[in-house]
Amino acid sequence: MKPNVIELIGLTKRYGSFTAVDHLDLTIRKGEVFGLLGPNGAGKSTTILMILGLTEPTEGRVEVCGVNSTTHPIDVKRKVGYLPEDVGFYDDLSGLENLMYIAQLNSIPPQTATEKAIRLLERVGLQNEADKKTGKYSRGMRQRLGLAEVLVKSPEIIILDEPTSGIDPAGVKEFMELIRQLSREEGITVLFSSHHLHQVQQICDRVGLFVKGNLIAEGEIHQLSQKLFSGDYLTVKVKTEAEQPSLQEDFQKLQGVHAVSLKEGMYWIECTEDVTATIAETAVKSGAGLKYLQKTEYGLDDIYNRYFS
Amino acid sequence: MKKILHNLLNGKKRAGRSHDGVIHPFRVIVGKEMSDHMHSWRFIIMVAIIALTCFGSLYTSLTNFGNAVKPNDPEGSFFFLKLFTLSDGTLPSFMVFIGFLGPLLGISLGFDAINTEHNRGTLSRVMAQPIHRDYLLNAKFVAALSVIGILFFALGFLVVGLGLVIIGIPPTAGEFLRIIAFLLVSIFYVAFWLNLSILFSVLFRQAATSALASIAVWLFFTVFYSMIVNLIAKAMVPPETASIQHVLGYQRFILNLLRVAPSNLFSDAGTTLLMPAVRSLGPLSMEQVQGAIPSPLSLGQSLMIVWPQLTGLIAATTVCFGLSYFSFMRREIRSR
Repeated sequence: MKPNVIELIGLTKRYGSFTAVDHLDLTIRKGEVFGLLGPNGAGKSTTILMILGLTEPTEGRVEVCGVNSTTHPIDVKRKVGYLPEDVGFYDDLSGLENLMYIAQLNSIPPQTATEKAIRLLERVGLQNEADKKTGKYSRGMRQRLGLAEVLVKSPEIIILDEPTSGIDPAGVKEFMELIRQLSREEGITVLFSSHHLHQVQQICDRVGLFVKGNLIAEGEIHQLSQKLFSGDYLTVKVKTEAEQPSLQEDFQKLQGVHAVSLKEGMYWIECTEDVTATIAETAVKSGAGLKYLQKTEYGLDDIYNRYFS
Repeated sequence: MKKILHNLLNGKKRAGRSHDGVIHPFRVIVGKEMSDHMHSWRFIIMVAIIALTCFGSLYTSLTNFGNAVKPNDPEGSFFFLKLFTLSDGTLPSFMVFIGFLGPLLGISLGFDAINTEHNRGTLSRVMAQPIHRDYLLNAKFVAALSVIGILFFALGFLVVGLGLVIIGIPPTAGEFLRIIAFLLVSIFYVAFWLNLSILFSVLFRQAATSALASIAVWLFFTVFYSMIVNLIAKAMVPPETASIQHVLGYQRFILNLLRVAPSNLFSDAGTTLLMPAVRSLGPLSMEQVQGAIPSPLSLGQSLMIVWPQLTGLIAATTVCFGLSYFSFMRREIRSR
């Protein structure tokens, strides 16, 4: 088992009577890509701020690599790179200068900082824009510069708060590819917050679902759907080549089948357990000829619709 | 272990730049802030205005120099200082200009210190670096103050140099020290306004609000405050039959009211330092004046007189700084 790098214990943040984060318990292990998924205003950013010690929790505590973020924020910030939601740069400095400034704030000597900054700019594909003022950068370029800046301190953990908002799909794809590479090649733990479930689905090893300050579920995506929809029926859609009136009854008689209905020329079979194989066998044996069979699995979409809307 | 020992031994050298070329983050921020100030248009404009007015006042004081130097003047030996205080009424003197424009310079360097960082989204980025939160605040103050200090000393020495070239008589050591003391007092004075505007930049989200608030305070103290004190003074005028103690107490009260204004503290201090004949900033009774030799005070004595003013200025500066510190240190730093 890999060691825990981020541990949230009973973390709570209240603003007056409003509870932004409510007794949150969460552990993130070394080297994984963890997705915090939730709609806007769910408390994702507040949680991230507490992890970095940029705001104080009302109750509970945060430990990053065994260091308490509230009492020792400097030690935590040495290990954690943070890319805020709407990252800003000093517009009258060039990309390279911006990067150098942050590198030097991390006590990297100027010579090393320059080499490192240039290497990172190449890595995020900004080598041609290094000397351009960041005021002239596009949204996607700023985001990539932000990623370079996060990496300049050689962090163990990077925290990205809605890093893909406002970038076009091609840019998003590139950006996600970069993050995945980083996590794989350099073993960096990534905490990724987003309200965009497909992006989370693409790159995250584990996901935490965040609604109104509560973590309602946590785990790998396929586990998550099992966990969340365990009381529900699995639906198998079957289409046959020929009509066969007795087929509906046959399906009904199978063990584990709850109800069968005929919609749009297809049988919709609701099962309490996975009996897809027996359903296929029945259809073939009946001589009607199996044309199409689909087992519907719940994806993040269904989870999203169910909890967030 | 060897490494720890090595670090310990080299610890003494770590002030500023250490042996491996690491620049302390605090110095990095100060350096960046200073270069930002020097490249900014508002600083260039303020410097241009201040430099122009200073040379204007130098010109008027030089043209009147002949009339001003009278025989048997107790300040006769200090006529070099007149370069800073002399005026023929068309243009105010160097000292008055500094008292008037200095606050504007301080405000212009500080009013957007924190809120612009926040609005640009750079505050949360910088705060996510392993530096203490107060580094940013302190560095902004130190950077602006160094820029102001360099500017004031440059201007002061330019005036001295030009005066030297034109009137041809070098200042005495005492005069030179008085000029330095005056420049230091002006820097303290501007530091107060700088800190006030930094405080507003922490309190207000919009740079425009904080600039307006600072300018409002400045206008209040330079224009309206003396009017209000006058009103109070009129309402409290003691009757003609009042005892001397009563009149003296009244005078002192009004003076103390006036001294709440930092501009008053500055002009008190400046006058005392640049005019050695000034021997008291309050009312003097006949008994106190009797037997006094009509000679200028020594620098030490002048400094003794302005000490309360100086302490007042530093205290006001510290209060503003403390308040901004208090409000900034525990605040939540969100991106934009």
